Amino acid sequence: MLNNNKKSLLLSASVALAATLASGVQAAETLDAVKAQGMLKCGVSTGLPGFSAPDENGDWQGLDVDICRGVAAAVFDDPSKVQYVPLNAKERFTALQSGEIDMLSRNTTWTSSRDTALGLNFTGVTYYDGIGFMVNKSLGLDSAKQLSGASICVQSGTTTELNVADYFRANDMAFEPVVFDTSDQTVRGFEAGRCDVLTSDTSQLYSLRIKLSDPASAEVLPEVISKEPLGPVVRQGDEQWFDIVKWTLFAMFNAEELGVTSENVDEMKANPPNPKVARLLGVNSDFGESMGLSADWAYKIIKNVGNYEEIFARNVGKDSALEIERGLNALWTEGGLHYGPPVR
Amino acid sequence: MARPSTPPPGRQKPPFWRDPAKRALFFQAVLLLAVFGSIGAIVSNTLNNMQAMGISTGFGFLDDRAGFGIIQSLIDYSPASSYGRTFVVGLLNTLLVSALGVIAATILGFVIGIARLSPNWLLARLASAYIETFRNIPLLLQIFFWYFAVLRALPSPRDSISLGEAVFLNVRGLVMPEPLAQPGLVWTLVALVVAIVASIVLIRWNRKRQDATGERVPAGWISLGLIAGLPLLVFLISGRPLTWAMPELQGFNFKGGMTIIPEFTALWLALSIYTAAFIAEIVRSGIQAISHGQTEAARALSLSNGFTLRLVVIPQAMRVIIPPLTSQYLNLIKNSSLATAIGYPDLVAVFAGTTLNQTGQAVEVIMMTMAVYLTISLLVSMFMNWFNAHVALVER
Ligand SMILES: N[C@@H](CCC(=O)N[C@@H](CS)C(=O)NCC(=O)O)C(=O)O
Repeated sequence: MLNNNKKSLLLSASVALAATLASGVQAAETLDAVKAQGMLKCGVSTGLPGFSAPDENGDWQGLDVDICRGVAAAVFDDPSKVQYVPLNAKERFTALQSGEIDMLSRNTTWTSSRDTALGLNFTGVTYYDGIGFMVNKSLGLDSAKQLSGASICVQSGTTTELNVADYFRANDMAFEPVVFDTSDQTVRGFEAGRCDVLTSDTSQLYSLRIKLSDPASAEVLPEVISKEPLGPVVRQGDEQWFDIVKWTLFAMFNAEELGVTSENVDEMKANPPNPKVARLLGVNSDFGESMGLSADWAYKIIKNVGNYEEIFARNVGKDSALEIERGLNALWTEGGLHYGPPVR
Repeated sequence: MARPSTPPPGRQKPPFWRDPAKRALFFQAVLLLAVFGSIGAIVSNTLNNMQAMGISTGFGFLDDRAGFGIIQSLIDYSPASSYGRTFVVGLLNTLLVSALGVIAATILGFVIGIARLSPNWLLARLASAYIETFRNIPLLLQIFFWYFAVLRALPSPRDSISLGEAVFLNVRGLVMPEPLAQPGLVWTLVALVVAIVASIVLIRWNRKRQDATGERVPAGWISLGLIAGLPLLVFLISGRPLTWAMPELQGFNFKGGMTIIPEFTALWLALSIYTAAFIAEIVRSGIQAISHGQTEAARALSLSNGFTLRLVVIPQAMRVIIPPLTSQYLNLIKNSSLATAIGYPDLVAVFAGTTLNQTGQAVEVIMMTMAVYLTISLLVSMFMNWFNAHVALVER
């Protein structure tokens, strides 16, 4: 078993080393490096069903995983050319800074300090989330306001650690933080009764609940106490790569908005119903070139991975075990927040 | 002896580059310059690169508000405290578990090491079984065992195992009444100090007297009585200036009193038990290094088994034991950083973990953390070297 603690120290040390030895800023070199490697190194979680977790065959599945696959499809026309690097919350930024991964797609909240002080850039929002609380049903609670004095299991190095402290302070309640390194340990601590409450982004609570030996014994309280926009992250300083990851997501939104799916994309490409679809799929136009990609970059993404609706439904939505509603994660045309800037 | 101020005729004073003393000086200066120059270049290059990568640098973050909670703190701490304070909280937690671990491992290790050499077959076998078991299972697994196995066995706060409605044991830890000092308690402490000083004087006097006359008083027992009795007497006379905050179940958890969290207990047990196995082997080898003739000579002088061990064998064995014992202490202190695996808030978990992650200042945080472990280790080594020199045999 790899010792997490040593691993993260090692990672931190390697950032120090990278910063020490690297002679200049890395410019537009990530795409070339990825092509040379023949695959994309994508940082994901250590196992969060619905977002990123290996299935019974050992293949990674999930919403975050599909973003990695989308980028690999845009670059290689092959979504399987991804090497997944499982990272816990503490390790993730260091792994990206040190160049161990090419991008991070691991339910990571976009905050000002992460965006500005770490030498990293968030490329967009894949999922609008917020922190919630999961408790044992037998406690008979119906509101987070009743949690004063509770012991709370939380994962270290997350925004959750900070937002929970803020929430309890603002509501004049005391709490005891029990902090673990990985979500598995957090779940075990909750199951062992070390804490009354498990807290995390709400979507992840549903996903961690499946990991409990008796999922029906736990419930999620109604309060959502923070804004947690989750999105992919890349290193600062490589604008081309930043654009590629950003527009992979936008292509998925635009495809959903225009009704292009993995099923009908071939037909749509052969006979584009309107100019917007034609531009998206690279018919008689080449918006991929300026990113160093082919003209049909978006076609490759949708053909291989699907549009946002398909990705959402199969991983966390109606066709998945989590059955999460679209809510804020619907397109802007349907009362949600997702909005892909136009391809033109 | 004075040198002739002028070189003897026919022998010129050699030019400075042929003078070995000056040449050595010159090369040392060059080496020193090169070392400091490279360190300077590395530091400035690192800073430049981090700036270019858009990573913030500097130690200003230590004053920023931390914003996260810590479950165990020996000093006042709240989420409103600064990152600098998280450093101190983590450091103290590391020192606490290390110090108590060193003490427990030493006691346990000596007992088992001696038991292993016992003529009692069963005792010796049990001691070797202990050593072979705990020495050969990875420490991290032992920590997990003590944490998750023991945690699962304990009841919830509502069904706590209680001892006289004052001490409670449950899955959240061991809750005990907390002593609260009242104004007059100083005198009890003063009495304690007086008793300790008096005991030291007594023991010294006794030793001198024994050397001179061969007679001795039971100084050990007298000291024990003094140290226990005098403060107790003063405490009672001054009207028991101590109250207890009793723990009470309120809502989810106990309020009041003090709690020893299971994360601490598990880590402390695992570190002590694991390290004790190594110490036991060191003690055994130290004792076996003393030639059997020494024991026989002591027996010939009709010293009892206990005295032989205490006066003849152990003092000589200490010479062999202390250097490897120091390494075990250093290992224990460094191993305490495995705390983060079960969420004990030590320096690595709190500072090199959460603080590093929230601020992103990996280089500064890791450097500070490494400096701490280096300093602690050097101090322990220095102390043990001093101790070694102190107990070293005066060879006659
Ligand atoms: N969105 C938050 C929290 C992310 C997070 O790490 N959540 C935990 C939930 S317990 C998780 O995903 N753990 C999975 C892992 O460590 O692999 C953040 O960016 O800080």
